[in-house]
Amino acid sequence: MLRRLSVNQPKEFSFSKTNLKWAKAQLKKYPKGRQASAVIPLLWKAQEQEGWVSKPAIEFVANFLDMPEIRVLEVATFYFMFHLKPTGSKAHFQVCGTTPCMLRGSESLIDVCKARINGKQNSLSADGSMSWEEVECLGGCANAPLVQIGSDYFEDLDKESFEKLISDIEIDEPPIPGSRIGRFSSEPLNMTKKYSRKKSSRENASIERYRG
Amino acid sequence: MLTKKVKINETVHDFDENLTIIQACELSGIQIPRFCYHERLSIAGNCRMCLVEVVGGPPKPTASCAMQLKDLRPGPNGEPPQVLTNSEMVENARKGVMEFLLINHPLDCPICDQGGECDLQDQAMSFGLGESRYTEDKRTVEDYDLGPLVATHMTRCISCTRCVRFTTEVAGIDQMGQTGRGEDSEIVTYLSHTLDSELQGNIIDLCPVGALTSKPYAFTARPWELQKTDTIDVMDGIGCNIRVDSKGNRVMRITPRENHLVNEEWISDKSRFVWDGVRVQRLDTPLKKVEGNFMPTSWEDALSIASKRMENGNTTFVAGDLVNVEALYTASKLSEHLGSAKILGDLDTTCPLKGRSFYVGNGKIEDLDHSKNIFLLGTNPRKEASVVNARIRKAWINGADVYRLGIQENLTYDVKELGVSLFDLQIFFDKMGSKKSFWTNTIFLVGYSFLSSKVAGTALNTIRAYVERFDLKFLVLHQNASAVGSLDLGFEANVKVKQELFKETKTIYNLGCDTLEVDQGNFVIYQGSHGDRGAGSADLILPSACYLEEDGIFVNTEGRMQYARKAIQPPGEAKENWKILRALAEKLGYVPNWLDLNGLRNALFDELPLISKPGEIIEVPWKAVEKQKKLSSKIPLPGYVKNYYLSNSICRASKTMGSLARARNSLNLKKAS
Repeated sequence: MLRRLSVNQPKEFSFSKTNLKWAKAQLKKYPKGRQASAVIPLLWKAQEQEGWVSKPAIEFVANFLDMPEIRVLEVATFYFMFHLKPTGSKAHFQVCGTTPCMLRGSESLIDVCKARINGKQNSLSADGSMSWEEVECLGGCANAPLVQIGSDYFEDLDKESFEKLISDIEIDEPPIPGSRIGRFSSEPLNMTKKYSRKKSSRENASIERYRG
Repeated sequence: MLTKKVKINETVHDFDENLTIIQACELSGIQIPRFCYHERLSIAGNCRMCLVEVVGGPPKPTASCAMQLKDLRPGPNGEPPQVLTNSEMVENARKGVMEFLLINHPLDCPICDQGGECDLQDQAMSFGLGESRYTEDKRTVEDYDLGPLVATHMTRCISCTRCVRFTTEVAGIDQMGQTGRGEDSEIVTYLSHTLDSELQGNIIDLCPVGALTSKPYAFTARPWELQKTDTIDVMDGIGCNIRVDSKGNRVMRITPRENHLVNEEWISDKSRFVWDGVRVQRLDTPLKKVEGNFMPTSWEDALSIASKRMENGNTTFVAGDLVNVEALYTASKLSEHLGSAKILGDLDTTCPLKGRSFYVGNGKIEDLDHSKNIFLLGTNPRKEASVVNARIRKAWINGADVYRLGIQENLTYDVKELGVSLFDLQIFFDKMGSKKSFWTNTIFLVGYSFLSSKVAGTALNTIRAYVERFDLKFLVLHQNASAVGSLDLGFEANVKVKQELFKETKTIYNLGCDTLEVDQGNFVIYQGSHGDRGAGSADLILPSACYLEEDGIFVNTEGRMQYARKAIQPPGEAKENWKILRALAEKLGYVPNWLDLNGLRNALFDELPLISKPGEIIEVPWKAVEKQKKLSSKIPLPGYVKNYYLSNSICRASKTMGSLARARNSLNLKKAS
């Protein structure tokens, strides 16, 4: 996939107060003169803050770590985990398309994405609130097929439950991460003995974000 | 140095264990194909062309450029490790790698400038399959603009990253990089900026394929139809070794030759791209001024006018910046005959004291490699000697400290500032002077703005006192190719003395000096190659050959004598410089006892044995420091003020240099705003 900077770029970027404090702490992990080692965590933080890595963010990180901009650009374009285009303001769906998920029907999830968000991956929906992309194995094969939003997994999806997930997000109803068919973790589907289960927390990084 | 026995194919050799396999093979006379590996750049190991088999090693081929001999395991009974460079595994590996490289490489050799001197083309002849098994779409990559020198055809790129490593490591600009990954990786500059370096032309030579080619040379010649002449560059005082490629009587391009003692294998853009200035703005017939206009005349007439003017005495010979030693020697002999003065006309060469141990020093460019402290005193090597700057940068990367006295300019490496005036230097000496351990392996590079100071003599003596006391090195960085040669021949460089000498003069014999300001009353004879400032102010013009058109000797800033050779014929009526002067000498009643260049050189070497050994520096006796005074001058040393790309008459005639100067100006404006 050809990875280039987005045509539309914001004017400027700077870390929020907490992130700046965090970034300064990161520098202390490395010996003097080796602060460039912190480039991936810092870019990741910038992406967490903005949803994607913009040109001003790259320049900010380069400046912050005292390294040439081209070196940061190299890192940002190398790793697919950095989004170089704006992602949905409410959610960016990362649909796993690797074999186990594909066998369990991830292709129908992608069809839903195409129909409801955008025909092309890494593109915004009409209102700019959502985007999607197909990713490689998310490591949740026992609960295939699954979708990642931010740092949350939504597992055991099918066409209907995924449609509902999208609808929930559309109406700002934060969905609970985890299995859509009610099983805990990756326990067998027909579990004879139910383990006691703590009430799921509603903590959810990406949903927190749009809730504000 | 620990040696290690290694068996390469069937013979056992002793090697330094720090060598890589590719270097060891090279030493034992075995050529290993490669694309990304380059002796003077860091090791990347990404082209995989240099694969060899290590017997008993991992069951896969090993990249020989990235494997050190000390990492090879001995055999089960302690026998030396064996490397195979011609086994079936190696053969198959190379074929496989070549096939992968050719998958996305276009078949446009017939229209590619690299054709005929292309590493990929050559190696495909040995390891290529002959026909492609690849039926899918080929990759195409967008080209981008690198400025007026380097043309890009990025579809041809095989991602060896030599250009990225060169610009980052040697040229010291962090603008190029490789973005993306896998098939979609591209070599780019950040946001398609053009390169801001004096050494960028070298990436054309480094590129093993036709992805980066020369813009001015584009589509003008094929390498096999070029006549190649090994000669010396005159754009700065370094005397870079170059090869001039000419077709018919036109210079088509200039490329560097390897000489580890002088320029390693780099040359500056000015040296490389100045050739289009050689063929334009030329003086090709003798001209005399009649009623304010130049009229063509014959050599006979021109020489008799000149001799008539010079017979009356009071002639001053003025040496320019691009003149070879033969011409300077003939002029110098003639001036002795006439009893007239000889001075250095160009304003960038000066030395307050006479003797080579003052105007050259005891240092060599090579000494920079293992220096611990490098002092730049009143010099901007990035502009005055770009190739030396790359060498200082190399030393800096290897841990040397660079100190600077003078204006703060970006030199591509970190510099410890001493201050701007000689007084600041004195403070530093007072502080560190007694610390013996600090001064080991120190070299002083002294530049023009240091030597042009009013108290340069005292300052030079202070430095020489340290050089003497701690057995250090010091080297004067002259900016002009003819500087050391003319100083060796006794041309006067001291500004004050020059003014004295000028008072009496009536006729000025100007040997290619374009920076000379003359009074109206003087009769000026200009002998030179280009119609530039010097010719404009002349009354009589004697057209001569330029540096690519005659055999000559140039002495570089270290005092190293090197032969420049004739690559093309001078245009029209223009003649070799020494021939013009000899003919004129005969008219003036001075007949030298030599007739040809060989005779001239023999006479020159007899008189000046200092420059009689080609390629070598003959050590001169060190003149002891006499008196020492404290430096108290607080006048800041001036910076580099010239327009770098337009510093001599050939540059000013060159279209490429003009566009570079324009690009640099607009870049500076952008930075300023």
